[in-house]
Amino acid sequence: MTVTAPTTDSSINKYLQRRRRHYWLLVVTAVLTLCSLVIDVATGPGQYGLGDVLRAIVSPDDAPRAIAVIVWEIRLPVALMAITVGMSLASAGAEMQTILNNPLADPFTLGISAAASFGAALAIVLGVSLFPAASELLTTLNAFIMAMVASLLIWLVSRLRGVSVQTMVLMGIALMFFFNATLGILQYVASAESLQQLVFWSLGSLSRSSWSKIGIVTAALVITLPIFFFAGWRLTALRMGDLQARALGVNVGRLRLTVLLCSSLLAATAVAFVGIIGFIGLVGPHIARMLVGEDQRVFLPMSALTGALLMSLTSIVSKTLVPGVLLPVGIITALIGLPFFISLILKSRREVWG
Amino acid sequence: MSLAVESLSVRFGRTRILDNVSGLIASPGELTALIGPNGAGKSTLLKSIAGIEKSTGHISLDETALNTLDIAQRAGRIYYLPQDITSRAALSVFEAVLLARRTAHRSDRQQDLQRVQRTLQTLELDQYAERDLGQLSGGQRQRVAIAQAVVREPRVLMLDEPTSALDLHHQLQVLEWLVALAQEQQMIIVIAIHDLSLAARFSRHMWLMGAGGVVRATGAPEEVLTEERLREVYAIKAHVEWPEGEPPRVTPLAATRQLGTPTGQQDF
Repeated sequence: MTVTAPTTDSSINKYLQRRRRHYWLLVVTAVLTLCSLVIDVATGPGQYGLGDVLRAIVSPDDAPRAIAVIVWEIRLPVALMAITVGMSLASAGAEMQTILNNPLADPFTLGISAAASFGAALAIVLGVSLFPAASELLTTLNAFIMAMVASLLIWLVSRLRGVSVQTMVLMGIALMFFFNATLGILQYVASAESLQQLVFWSLGSLSRSSWSKIGIVTAALVITLPIFFFAGWRLTALRMGDLQARALGVNVGRLRLTVLLCSSLLAATAVAFVGIIGFIGLVGPHIARMLVGEDQRVFLPMSALTGALLMSLTSIVSKTLVPGVLLPVGIITALIGLPFFISLILKSRREVWG
Repeated sequence: MSLAVESLSVRFGRTRILDNVSGLIASPGELTALIGPNGAGKSTLLKSIAGIEKSTGHISLDETALNTLDIAQRAGRIYYLPQDITSRAALSVFEAVLLARRTAHRSDRQQDLQRVQRTLQTLELDQYAERDLGQLSGGQRQRVAIAQAVVREPRVLMLDEPTSALDLHHQLQVLEWLVALAQEQQMIIVIAIHDLSLAARFSRHMWLMGAGGVVRATGAPEEVLTEERLREVYAIKAHVEWPEGEPPRVTPLAATRQLGTPTGQQDF
């Protein structure tokens, strides 16, 4: 073997420098997210100083009671919900893009969100429970079950011989149209009250956040993120293409099912509590990819943090864009996400046909 | 101590891709060339040996039946390098090669990094180590794929047309290096290749497959590559020379009409 003498400015050093740069970007994004969280809590109809708000967060007993109640009962749940939901949607989007090898995959475009909406609408409009003996969490459970059904359908299609990941994505898009149609039927037959509730829900809103809901979304993150981390190398291998991933020893079918179900769990819990919030699952991972690449060891945490930061910023914007009016966050993410989505499509056309 | 294939068959639905392939042996320390016309089932054969394609039959490595191993164990011993390397993942060359290393071994981190660097240097890739896969040319990407294969230090390496996108310099360089690698590491290397002159020059053993997924000949290149057999299997008129002190030459002269394959199957 012809081995040239190793140089001092080795590719190892450059690689380690690159890793350090990625970790710094993670730290910076985390700090920005934390700042955004504090600003989010300090923003609202009641004008309190940043110092008062910070004091109320750190030691609620010493702060004026009104501020402490508003911060702890209203603002902090909303702000933390934004963070956890942003993390959930972006992590789900990141892994869906990874396992389906498609830059346009996310809970929204794959019909997982639409399925969850349909499940929720069943509860809101017809009071139909897909899971017996669950009244309190009816909407959430229905949304969750339908999201799981949709992801299983996508996965089942992938088991057919000769089905490419592109077909799976098309299947997801078909599901999105199907569930949107069934949702339309429910809206058509719905009473005025439940229709209003449904519309409000489908626009996406953080306003009904509570500590228990945050707990459930966090639980979903605590269950799924370690699974993603543990499968990190295998997920990165999947981006080399199915064939090479299998040559590298990855059980592609099993990994795809596991990760699809976990991503759906994340998406379903998020959608069930805050309604339809598009584009975070698409945009978050894309920003992360541009910043740190697709090595899962940094890509996944970066996606989660970017999603959290974007969602938190959206929450601030939703309160300040029209003073005194709380806009549904789903509208804002869609408005911000749309130009990005279009630029993404144009860019991928250049790559494919250029 | 070798790789042996007996009565291996692969079907896609009703189509028979490999038909009772038997008597294939590849030995450590030398290059085995897998040759044959398009659609003869070369890729399928390599994939079935690696366990990526479902097959019936018997494949053994060093007297161990390979179907007793799980996916990860098998991939640790046998690595299959696919023909089309199209990934545009946002990974640097270094990250991609490290990925291949880390999915095969769980050894010391520093050692893994060293191994990746040495492999990149040997394949003249170290100046691209920081570049993303999407920014590479076809030939560079193919060399990255070869680096990913050898960095795993498998017992058996199966390369599906690894030189198809390479320029002449890198074709010779990669093949010479593979011959040396097989000798030094006592590795079993099987390489599917279309260029018969290169195959004759660098391999010690050959598997010739014909249409219908059947083995038409095995043995030393001098025995396998006869003008008569090339006419039968490839439907070409060719001139085969083994000049003293020079590389062998297989010169295709003309395509002949294909007069039905011996098994009577339709060519596809």
